[in-house]
Amino acid sequence: MVPVVTPLGRALLAFFETAGRLTIFAVTALWHCLRGPWYLRMIGRQMLEIGYYSLPVVALTAIFTGMVLALQSYTGFTRFSAESAIPNVVVVSLTRELGPVLAGLMVAGRIGAAMAAEIGTMRVTEQIDALETLATNPFKYLVVPRIIAGVTMLPLLVLIADIIGVLGGYLVSTTQLGFNSQSYLQNTWDFMEFEDVFSGLVKASVFGYLIALMGCYHGYHSRGGAQGVGTATTNAVVSASILILSFNYLITGLFFG
Amino acid sequence: MSKGGTKTPKIRIRGLKKAFGSNQVLDGIDLDIASGESLVVIGGSGSGKSVLLKCILGLLQADEGSIQIDGQEMIGLAGRDLEAVRSRIGMLFQNAALFDSLPVWRNVAFLPLAKRQMTKGQARKFAIERLAAVGLEPEVADLFPAELSGGMRKRVGLARAIAVEPEILFFDEPTTGLDPIMGDLIDRLIRKSVSELGATGLTITHDMDSARRISDRIAMLYEGKIVWQGPMQRIEEEGNPIVKQFISGETDGPIQVLH
Repeated sequence: MVPVVTPLGRALLAFFETAGRLTIFAVTALWHCLRGPWYLRMIGRQMLEIGYYSLPVVALTAIFTGMVLALQSYTGFTRFSAESAIPNVVVVSLTRELGPVLAGLMVAGRIGAAMAAEIGTMRVTEQIDALETLATNPFKYLVVPRIIAGVTMLPLLVLIADIIGVLGGYLVSTTQLGFNSQSYLQNTWDFMEFEDVFSGLVKASVFGYLIALMGCYHGYHSRGGAQGVGTATTNAVVSASILILSFNYLITGLFFG
Repeated sequence: MSKGGTKTPKIRIRGLKKAFGSNQVLDGIDLDIASGESLVVIGGSGSGKSVLLKCILGLLQADEGSIQIDGQEMIGLAGRDLEAVRSRIGMLFQNAALFDSLPVWRNVAFLPLAKRQMTKGQARKFAIERLAAVGLEPEVADLFPAELSGGMRKRVGLARAIAVEPEILFFDEPTTGLDPIMGDLIDRLIRKSVSELGATGLTITHDMDSARRISDRIAMLYEGKIVWQGPMQRIEEEGNPIVKQFISGETDGPIQVLH
């Protein structure tokens, strides 16, 4: 009995320890977000890093997704002579699901990894200790700017991804599938609901928080030199991706359940 | 001034204990550092010297005991109160721990910039002055830490530590990884900054030459306790076998060496 129970108990304890540490980290981070002083220079830098430099990756993801959506729904819908529903399918899937989720996953890979690596390196080279000795709270200086930038920049990125994705669908439909340009745009506009776009932007904001939180948390608690930083980076991306997919389900349930 | 003086010591440590799991790193440290004194703590690698510094700074939470700075208890201090005490302490880290995303001048003027006490122009000028004090040219100000040699990094780290004229200065292995001449230069700069500021210095090292140059008084840390303390001149006369073995660097003696 004991050989089974001991490792099980140990794993359970480790799980609760991590969950507790993460909860404390998340609450502390939010608390410092609301209370100044804020390091505006750091916030601006992170906004540029997340919002501006992620644009190419997110735009490419969005345009190909929109294109493939139009192409795939066409092959399926022609069987039922339902081609006219393509603009609808493209805009609803993009704004509700694919825009926020795919942008979130791309940004998690790009930004979550960079955050964990940078903060992790700062931890193992004592730069975080140095911050504390210079009477600067590492949460306010390192974590808060990243979280604020994540929460505000992701919705903007997703808004752009929505537009570019619809453009991708439009290009394929009008050039290859024989749609009339004006009626495609009219259909898109008629089918677009405020709630679809809004729920997508709420998701984006939550994903931005999760990406920054995972990047900072794993970086902050990394130890043991280069290998530790590598593990932290992997964990940051994997955990952010899984959290994005599961929160996507939860938020969809809240809005449309 | 030695132990038992009438003045309150700048730093007073009593019964300090810290363990990591079953490894008792600090096992009841008692130590006083008088105001304006330069104390060097020597001890082997892994003897807990760094842990001692980090406990005093509150970077690590001590398990037991008391640490007082100017009579104010440090253990249990948090938030703004802890920040206030820390802003009176400067620290030079073992590998300088410069912020590698910032140019040298922003590193040196970090605290006044973070506290918004200076404009960008003032801070730059201030940083160049502080760099000159440690013998670095103004051109260094615009370099990034990754572009500096080990000795230059240490000097920038020192400039950052003394920039805001702290009352207390901590030095973690100041000469490790430097050639003997650069080591000597860093020691002189440390000596000079401590005496110019009238600051209280606490250095941890295993480099006996460095300890000789920096210290007013030496304390030896072994197995989590201070086993000997006294002025530098007396260290060779007193027949403490642990100290004797450490300064002569023998493998035979009371200090257990793993083969």
